Formats: sequence, structure tokens, C-alpha cells
Amino acid sequence: MSGPAAMAGMNGAMAFARARPGVGLAFLVLLGIALAALFAPLIAPQDPFDLASLDILDSELPPAWLEGSDPRFPLGTDAQGRDLLSAILYGVRISLLIGILAVVIQAAIGVTLGLLAGYFGGRVDDIVTRLADIQLALSTLMMAIVAMALVRAGLGGEALSLFAVPLLVVVIGLAEWPIFARTARSAVLVETTKDYVRAARAVGDSDWTIIRRHILPNSLSPLIIVATTQVAGAIMAEAALSFLGLGMPVTRPSLGTLIRSGYDLMFAGSWWVTVLPGLVLITVLISINVLGDGLRDWLDPRRGGG
Amino acid sequence: MHALLSVFAFIAHRLVQALLVMLAILVIAFAVRESLGDPIREFTGQVVSEAERAELRKELGLDRPWYVQFTDYLGRATRGDLGTSFIYKKPTVEVVLAKFPASFELVLGASLIVLLFCVPAGVYCAVRPNRLGARLVLGLSVLGISIPVFVTGIVLISIFSVWLGWLPAFGRGDTVAIGPWTTGLLTLDGLSHLLLPALTLSSIMLPLFVRLVRSAMLGELGHDYVRTAWAKGASPLRVWIVHALRNALLPLVAVGGLQLGTLVAYTLLTETVFQWPGMGFLFLEAVTRSDIPLITTYLVLVGLLFVVVNTLVDLLSLALDPRVSLEGAR
Repeated sequence: MSGPAAMAGMNGAMAFARARPGVGLAFLVLLGIALAALFAPLIAPQDPFDLASLDILDSELPPAWLEGSDPRFPLGTDAQGRDLLSAILYGVRISLLIGILAVVIQAAIGVTLGLLAGYFGGRVDDIVTRLADIQLALSTLMMAIVAMALVRAGLGGEALSLFAVPLLVVVIGLAEWPIFARTARSAVLVETTKDYVRAARAVGDSDWTIIRRHILPNSLSPLIIVATTQVAGAIMAEAALSFLGLGMPVTRPSLGTLIRSGYDLMFAGSWWVTVLPGLVLITVLISINVLGDGLRDWLDPRRGGG
Repeated sequence: MHALLSVFAFIAHRLVQALLVMLAILVIAFAVRESLGDPIREFTGQVVSEAERAELRKELGLDRPWYVQFTDYLGRATRGDLGTSFIYKKPTVEVVLAKFPASFELVLGASLIVLLFCVPAGVYCAVRPNRLGARLVLGLSVLGISIPVFVTGIVLISIFSVWLGWLPAFGRGDTVAIGPWTTGLLTLDGLSHLLLPALTLSSIMLPLFVRLVRSAMLGELGHDYVRTAWAKGASPLRVWIVHALRNALLPLVAVGGLQLGTLVAYTLLTETVFQWPGMGFLFLEAVTRSDIPLITTYLVLVGLLFVVVNTLVDLLSLALDPRVSLEGAR
């Protein structure tokens, strides 16, 4: 993209954010959370993985705005005396990492299959569409739960906690490719009928060149929109799996694991250990979904404000 | 006559399809048992010598080729025998089915809440799209979809159980046994236990269904027959409810049926939060304790439920709407 065009894009984005303050706010919140997660090792008051720095005497201290709090722990502590703010910062880091990587896998599989199905049609199209239909009917969350459950039952909890990150990325990545495939396929179906594709074919470009140089760049907007909401879905799926004990282990907690491990303390009155990570998770998910809605209206004005 | 034949062909096609899907599920369950489970453990536990194990393997026919064993498994499955649970030392089908009433009543409670609110809210959003109320409902539905079901449950528990102390937070409470079915719907205690879990489960399904009803209604309102109804002077309520809503509910049955898998996943999460003694809770217990026969039985029975519901939804759509294309039959 050339300089002036990029400027126009920036200005356009600013104008759009001004017209839709909710979307602008969601973007800022998300940016803040993502930066905090990225620089967690620098800004977290404590290293939550360093067991030596924990003191059991500090356990279950309430957050700063409640009575009996300790200024060292602004959001209170959990059952082991771990600083909740630090644990949440590292937890967001893991949740975002898994969410984004899983969507990269979804996109890689889905876009490839969708492009092939849309471009070549016929048998390829039939098979891909059928597979996507079946997988969507089975519910992707349920498939992820079953897959992780079988891994856990087969290999045991130990092995699961060793390979939790790659496993979650692959399972959530494999579970949701059909949405990308459908989007890519319908975008291709629209693009292939256009004159520039026919022109490219006329000058003798190969199929591969046409897909890569012409169709893919022109199909990007809908794919970006889908990718945004899919990240929210992947983060939610990861949190659900971890909450069920089928995801990240307590030694490397994601937001879902934090919610799970604080759950029992709730009945003893220490609600913050489970509710605060829950609120952070909700904030992340709502921000991403609002941003996704905004992106849809911005990149794809034809679909209107609904 | 021809039409009748194609209806039969459609039904036959759907039934064959259902059977094939069931067969595929059983193949997967069998493969999981073979690769993860040790059937000897079902009978003996782990402190048995290698020689005794080999003896037992032969006795139980486990040294036969896999296809013979699979036919055997299939035969037993059709008679309702899917193995014995390690944990409960009882037939797995019996163990899982004993938990079915709890899950069913949870889903029933949530569905009632969803039905009670989604139809009026969806219709309102469709007929008065620009009112503040409609925008509010749609805005809330975006929030509702963004909040994971287990976080909703935890927030409800911390407010209504821990803080206010009004409602119980776990279990089913007092139940009454009617034959093999234990119900919590007949006691006040059981109903109070059901309230929070059902609310939680409905919170995640409601936004989806409000949007479904709304878009189905919007679709119907654009049709000619609605304009005709307006033209002949029918009252707004009559046009909306008697004409448009009746037709809008039809796609709802089909799309609702497709949501069953999601419903099962959300039920599992809700049962975990509220320690609700249903099938999902049992499944997770089986997973943490590696009870392979119990795990595979749960999967087979949920698969069966899935196949039955989807087939029924297809047949129901056919019965309700003669226009449903019979193309799929060919």
C-alpha cells in the first residue's frame, strides 16, 4: 500500500472510530489488555510461576478496594498466596496466544480448502462442502471437548499438561476450519466471475498465480472479519476446556484455569479469585466481538448496520 | 401417487442415513476402546500376572481378529450392552441412563425459559426494529453471546448463593422416583436447585434464539401474504402472530435441531459449574478416572440422541411444510 493510501486508511479508521465510539473503545481496551499481556514479565509485580516467591501467609487476601487488603496485591491473592494481578496478566497471555495460533491453523486449513473448492468446483467442491456441513452440525465445541477428553483419558493428566498448548491449538484449530472454508469459497465464487480474473486467464496466468495474486487479495476483507470473531470463539473454547480440566494445567494457568482453580474458594467467601479472571475474560471476548462487528460494518458496508 | 412415493423415498433415505451415522459412531467408539482401553481391566483390576492375563484374553475372545471382535461388539451394542464401567462396576448403559433424567430436566427448564422469552423478544425486535427496546435487546444479545456459560454460572452463584444466600448452588436437591425416572420437578427443594442452572444454561441459548426468531420474522414480514393480510384489514396482532409467526417458527425447528451439539456442550459446562449430577458431569468423572467403557458409552448414547433428533427434525419439517424439497432423497 502506498503512503497516501495508508494515510487515507488511517484517517478513515479514525473517522469511523469517532462515528462508532463503542468500536473505538473496544479497540483501545483490547490494545491495552494485549500490550499488558505481551509485557507481562516486565509489568507484573510478581512471577506467578516462581513458587519460591509465594508465601502461604498471603493466601486469599482480598482486592485493594475491600477491607483487609494488602497494597502489594492490588487484585488480591489466591489460595497459594499468588498475586492475582500477575496471574491474570500471564493468564491473558496464554489465552491470547492459544486463541490466535488456533485461528491461524483454522485459517490455513479453511482458506486453502475454501479456495480450492470455490476455484475448481465439481468433486472438490462437493467433498469440502459436505465435510464442512458435517463438522458444523456436530458442534465444534463438543468436538473439541471430546478430542481433549480422549487425549486426557488415553495419556493421563500428566502428558496432557506437558503438551497442553500445542494440543489446544491443534484441537481448536482443527475444530473450526469450516467457517473459513465457507467464507473463502463464497468470496472466490464471486471473484472468479469478474473480468479481471478472465483477463488474467486470457493472458495465460496459471491457476496458482490467479488464486495467489488476484483472488486471495480481493477476498481478504470477509476473511479478516471472520478471523476477528473466530479469535473470540477460540479464546472461549480454550477457557471452556481449561475450566473443565481438559486444558491448561494449574502450573501454567490460562484464564479458564484460573477460574476453575478459584471456583472452590468462592464458597468460602473469596469470590475474587474466580470472578476477577472471569470478568477479564468477558471483557476480552466482548471487546473482540464488538470490534468484529465494527470491522464488518467498515470493511463491508454493503451488509449494512444490522 | 408419485408424490407419496417420493415421500417414502425421502423417509427411507433419512433412516438409512441415520443408521450409517450410528454405525460410524460405533466404529469410532470401538476404535477408542481398542486403542485406549484394556478390556481385561474391566474384570480384574491391574494386579494380575501376565500369564493369567493371556489366559483371560483367550477366554474372552480378545485374541481374535479385530473384525470378528467388532461384529461381536456390534451385536452386543444392538442388545444394549456397551461394556462395564470400571468405576461403578455396573453396565455402562445403565450408569449413563440413570443420569439422563437430571440432564433432561436441566435442559427442559432452560428450554422453557428460552421459549418464554425468545418468541416475544424476537417478534418485538422484528416488528419494531427502530425502537430503543429492540436495539437494547439486540445489544444485550451480543453481550450474552460473549459471556461464557460457566462465567455466568459462577457470577449467579456468587450473587444468589454466596452473597444473598437465596438459592442453593450445587446438586439436585430432593428428588422423587417415578419408576426408573428420578425427578426434581415435584419438590420445592428440587425446583429451587434447578433455577440457577436452568437460568445459566438459558443465558447462552437465549441470545441465539432471539436473533433466530427475529430474522425468521423479518423474512416472513416481507412476503406477499403478509401484505395481503394487511390489505384486508387484519389487526396487527393477527398479522404478526397468526400469519407471520406461524411460518417463522418452522425454520426455527430445523435450526434449533442443528444446535443440539452446542446444547450438549453447554449442558456439560453448566453441570460442571453446578455439580449437577447429569450425564455431562458423569462424563467428566469418567474422563478424569480414565473409565474408557463409560466414556465411549456416553459418546455412543449422545451420538444416538443426535441422530434421532436430527432425523426427527427432518421428518417434522417435511410434515409441517410440504414445500420442503425432497431433492435430498435422490
